[in-house]
Amino acid sequence: MSLAGAAGWRFSKPSVVPGFGLTLGFSLAYLTLIILIPLAALLLRSASLGWPQFWAIATDARVLHALKLSFGASLLAALVNVVFGTVVAWVLVRYRFPGRRVIDAIVDLPFALPPAVAGIALTTLYAPRGWIGAIFAPLGVKIAYTPLGIVIALVFIGLPFVVRTVQPVMEEIDREVEEAAATLGAGRAQTLLRVLLPGLAPAITTGFALAFARAVGEYGSVIFIAGNLPLKTEIAPLLIVIKLEEYNYAGATAIAAIMLAISFAMLFVINLLQSWSRRRYG
Amino acid sequence: MTQHRRSFLFAAALAASAQFGGIGLAFADTTLVSVSYDPTRELYKAFNDAFAARWKADTGETVTIRQSHGGSGAQARAVIDGLDADVVTLALESDINAIVEKTHKINPDWRGRLPNNSAPYTSTIVFLVRKGNPKGINDWGDLVKDGVEIITPNPKTSGGARWNYLAAWAWAWNQSGGDEAKVKEFIGKLFQHVPVLDTGARGSTLSFAQKGLGDVLLAWENEAYLVLDEFGADQFDIVAPPTSILAEPPVAVVDANVDAKGTRKVAEAYLNYLYSAEGQTLIAKNHYRPFKPDLVPAADLPKLPDIKLITIDDPVFGGWKKAQPYHFGDGGVFDQIYKPAQ
Repeated sequence: MSLAGAAGWRFSKPSVVPGFGLTLGFSLAYLTLIILIPLAALLLRSASLGWPQFWAIATDARVLHALKLSFGASLLAALVNVVFGTVVAWVLVRYRFPGRRVIDAIVDLPFALPPAVAGIALTTLYAPRGWIGAIFAPLGVKIAYTPLGIVIALVFIGLPFVVRTVQPVMEEIDREVEEAAATLGAGRAQTLLRVLLPGLAPAITTGFALAFARAVGEYGSVIFIAGNLPLKTEIAPLLIVIKLEEYNYAGATAIAAIMLAISFAMLFVINLLQSWSRRRYG
Repeated sequence: MTQHRRSFLFAAALAASAQFGGIGLAFADTTLVSVSYDPTRELYKAFNDAFAARWKADTGETVTIRQSHGGSGAQARAVIDGLDADVVTLALESDINAIVEKTHKINPDWRGRLPNNSAPYTSTIVFLVRKGNPKGINDWGDLVKDGVEIITPNPKTSGGARWNYLAAWAWAWNQSGGDEAKVKEFIGKLFQHVPVLDTGARGSTLSFAQKGLGDVLLAWENEAYLVLDEFGADQFDIVAPPTSILAEPPVAVVDANVDAKGTRKVAEAYLNYLYSAEGQTLIAKNHYRPFKPDLVPAADLPKLPDIKLITIDDPVFGGWKKAQPYHFGDGGVFDQIYKPAQ
């Protein structure tokens, strides 16, 4: 053990449960079948295009706009969820009030609801004639069929990811920690920013990453509320579907590969941030 | 005693299985997979029941029809990717042609195998407007008046939307005397009046009828009548433009699949039944235009408006094989409409 510690790295840590070889083998085979082979097929298919064509698709104004919209709206929605999701988690963890369990259960609804149902419901509410849309329409604010509507749909589907990752970590923080901070002379803001948030930061980044990743790929709910106008409210997943309708499989996989690369890069950076914050505060 | 009872039960089970097995053999259950597009749900629901009853009466066999609906292009792609459809009844000839070209599962001469280019029913594109037609939309030119919002699905993802587009194109072509630049300008202007491009015809219908979006819906004629039935005739009016397009949704047997499954006979009977008096009557009742209206009892013939209909084989378009890539292909005319000004 001490030897391994000196080397800093060991193939397997001793565990009470045997079967390292078996479980590692299973994990690798499983990941290969479910994730790696489909992704390899995707890259292979888009590689059949050749660079000039691939580049033409990647720099097409419509594709660029759709990518910008998809990633921009997802980022915005994930940020909104980080703020309000953390607040919701805080309320659920720290306070006891009638109906708490019901609210706790409602948070999971966006997980369970089919995206099409969510999309139709949101569109009905936020359309110019809908309950909420009608309030904003006289003010000249359009929600459904604008990028704002897309963000709302993405906030909806992303909320539980933040709440459910932050909540258990929050439950681990003892109330005494806050009280200790107070007795040591910390103000309320100081307690929040320097005592509570650092401990929550890794969980919040994970929630952010999950909500963001889910939003980028979201299709079912967004197409109902987006309006789908090229160069205005057309999301990248819809462009992929449009390419498929043209039987242009290579073109569709090219856009998918670009999305994959961007998503991978962003998640990689988020993971780096996370391990950094864990080392700093954890 | 227990021993006795057990053997008795066993014998009974054996007898029962032999009996039901025998029944199963005598009346081989045939399953037919029928793949169709979005707005035909109501038609094929009624038609499948009628055909199953007829087939039972004629041959004594029970046929179960597994019916699936979806966007015409997506359905064609499902068949290309291996869905074991026996018959396809799609919105566009070009979708069936895609199956022919990509998989060779359908014989290239499919269009000539049934009457009327394999189109047992036709339809057209009409306008559905709010009650009393407040914006005064009576012809294609009225669509691009200031303040008019048009609801149509995306021609890239919807078969019905392609007919919408082509109908508008045909009108502008005749209007301008075949000046293509002017036609493109009109089509471009038309799509600037579209606030929402849904992915399918049903989606657009809901946007217009349920969410109250837009002033006019470009719709399949049968879909427009369906809206009157579903949402109430007191809310909407159907406006028949003086000219429109003759939409011929074609049907075909998927040769490779029926030969593999041994269902060719029943599949061909199924499509032929569409041309029978019963089939044509059901077609008329569902607001399609039957190919042989003389077979339909006069009471069931709906009073569909007289519209001058232009076909896809008109020189304006030159048939689907030419029109599809020219208008809707990657970088085609429709894509050019949405190219940003550079």
